[in-house]
Amino acid sequence: MKIHEYQAKEILKSYGVPVPQGKVAFTVKEAEQAAQEIGLPVVVKAQIHAGGRGKGGGVKFAPTAQDVSQYANDILGMTLITHQTGPEGRLVKKVWIEEASNIKHEYYAGIVLDRASSKVTFMVSTEGGMEIEKVAEETPEKIVKVAVDAAVGLQAFQAREMAFALGLSGAAFKNAVKFFLALYKAYMGTDASLFEINPLVVTQEGDVIALDAKADFDNNAMYRQKTLTPLRDLDEEEPLEIEAGQSGLNYIKLDGNIGCMVNGAGLAMGTMDIIKLTGGEPANFLDVGGSASAETVEQGFRIILSDKNVKAVLINIFGGIVRCDRVANGVIQAIKNINTQVPIVVRLQGTNAEEGKKLLEESGMNIIAATELKDSAEKVVATLGQAVSR
Amino acid sequence: MSVLVNKDTRLVVQGITGSEGGFHTQQMIEYGTNVVAGVTPGKGGQMFMDSVPVFDTVKDAVKIAKANASVIFVPPAFAADAIMEAADAGIELVICITEGIPTLDMVDVHEFLSKRPKTTLIGPNCPGVITPGVAKIGIMPGFIHKPGKIGIISRSGTLTYEAVHQLGNAGFGQSTAIGIGGDPIIGTKHIDAVKLLNEDPETEAIVLIGEIGGSDEETAAAYIADNVKKPVVAFIAGQTAPEGKRMGHAGAIIAGGKGTAEEKMKALAAAGIHVVKSPADIGNKMKEVVG
Repeated sequence: MKIHEYQAKEILKSYGVPVPQGKVAFTVKEAEQAAQEIGLPVVVKAQIHAGGRGKGGGVKFAPTAQDVSQYANDILGMTLITHQTGPEGRLVKKVWIEEASNIKHEYYAGIVLDRASSKVTFMVSTEGGMEIEKVAEETPEKIVKVAVDAAVGLQAFQAREMAFALGLSGAAFKNAVKFFLALYKAYMGTDASLFEINPLVVTQEGDVIALDAKADFDNNAMYRQKTLTPLRDLDEEEPLEIEAGQSGLNYIKLDGNIGCMVNGAGLAMGTMDIIKLTGGEPANFLDVGGSASAETVEQGFRIILSDKNVKAVLINIFGGIVRCDRVANGVIQAIKNINTQVPIVVRLQGTNAEEGKKLLEESGMNIIAATELKDSAEKVVATLGQAVSR
Repeated sequence: MSVLVNKDTRLVVQGITGSEGGFHTQQMIEYGTNVVAGVTPGKGGQMFMDSVPVFDTVKDAVKIAKANASVIFVPPAFAADAIMEAADAGIELVICITEGIPTLDMVDVHEFLSKRPKTTLIGPNCPGVITPGVAKIGIMPGFIHKPGKIGIISRSGTLTYEAVHQLGNAGFGQSTAIGIGGDPIIGTKHIDAVKLLNEDPETEAIVLIGEIGGSDEETAAAYIADNVKKPVVAFIAGQTAPEGKRMGHAGAIIAGGKGTAEEKMKALAAAGIHVVKSPADIGNKMKEVVG
């Protein structure tokens, strides 16, 4: 689960990680008030779940009260396009008004899970403010990595190692060590999957502060991170994906026109791939889970068909423990309830596949039955060709 | 021969009294798996299906029922603990089916297991392991598998069944099919499973199924290039997946332009592996390669 910068900063602050003073504002008036309380100059920052906001015009330095009004007015309600939002951009509904910092130098600090070593890994770099992926590709030697021993956690010597690697000394060095230890506590304490501070700044006064903050949390740990739940911002998510999640389905919207419904994540990805290889474009990823019951299939249909781009649907169920004849009955029932005109190809394989196919064929409904993967992809792409030629 | 699971496997089911655990225990017994014990803390002394003794701890299951392998069906909040309990009791093979374990719990498990090298963990978030005709540990449908000479390694359940089905159509059975799991942290990675199957005299060829996210497939490819003479057919799922979205499996995500299917397919092909673009070509490709 991703959250906004201002929320991440509130969490960091509660763990003792220094952040600039700031306030969130939903209107120009609130922004003006916030600036007044904080004291000029301030920075006006668009709050969306995507990076690259500065380049897109969503972050402005405001030395005067007029600037604050002007920028808040410009940014609130704008559709911000960055390299992470896609071409459609994201509507900005709130801004973060933050005290301006007296920056001496910018650095990078991040914590992630390193999958190769299965360890929580700290990364720091002197190349602050840049895209870290770019740094990793072009000058990997400028990223210093420290793997954390899970048995004891991040140690002070490791925090010192990182502060030395950044070339810090004096007050800035001491503050950086404290900063890293606190940041690690925040990561572990919130079941985070990512904390990225870019830039991490050292001020003229020797303070070390998180000028920006990006956080992502492990969805599997939400049951024990109740305080994070209210931080979820549904405005930042695809409405159909939210709806699917509420019915326990795993759905991701894509740009194509062939809807697909599959049991199992790997086979669902494989089905998208074969649709594309056959000349079609998948409209979504949808995993209905192992059992593929009539209820989940019906709910899956509703979600797939809510996407108006969908011109055909491919259902691919590998019946293992669930028998295909039962799945077939569920599919037939669901299609009856949904009452759609979109062509539907159903591929059932596994236990009682032949019985399932027979039930589909004899249902008298607009269903094209298939038994093999290749065959099902060809059939669904073909229905589209016909629809177009008509 | 086969790997991991054989006729000497004596299985304990952790979470045997839960609905999932109970159902699949029954299925495993019907398939012929030697289920010698169950564990549910607080329910020790009961009998499951009048034939399998239930214990309070895995230690008891090892001591009294001589269990040497474990399968875990306990809920995600308690699964990491269950893995560590099994390893601590000296169980050699721990297969964790549970999906949804918090990643930081698995970081701890990884650390814990690094000090107990005797234990091999498969999963979590996996369908399990089957040696057709001998025993199955997990949730896969037993009947679709046939004894044979192809070893399968896969992160995904139903995609493995698809591969098994295609291999069957092409006339191949399986030595052992290993579902390694779709989470970011798993006990046995592609490379570990490749090593096992490579050393198994009964396995003549390998199907390797990967998916987007991480770099385990690339690591396995490098190992295969240098060490494996058996033919390997591979498919990578998620060629059409967008960046930054979790495709069902917690580990299936392209992050920062890394972990793409294209990258993995390239690495596998460079290692001399027969990479198929379409998931429908796994069986045919194997036939072409092995004959």
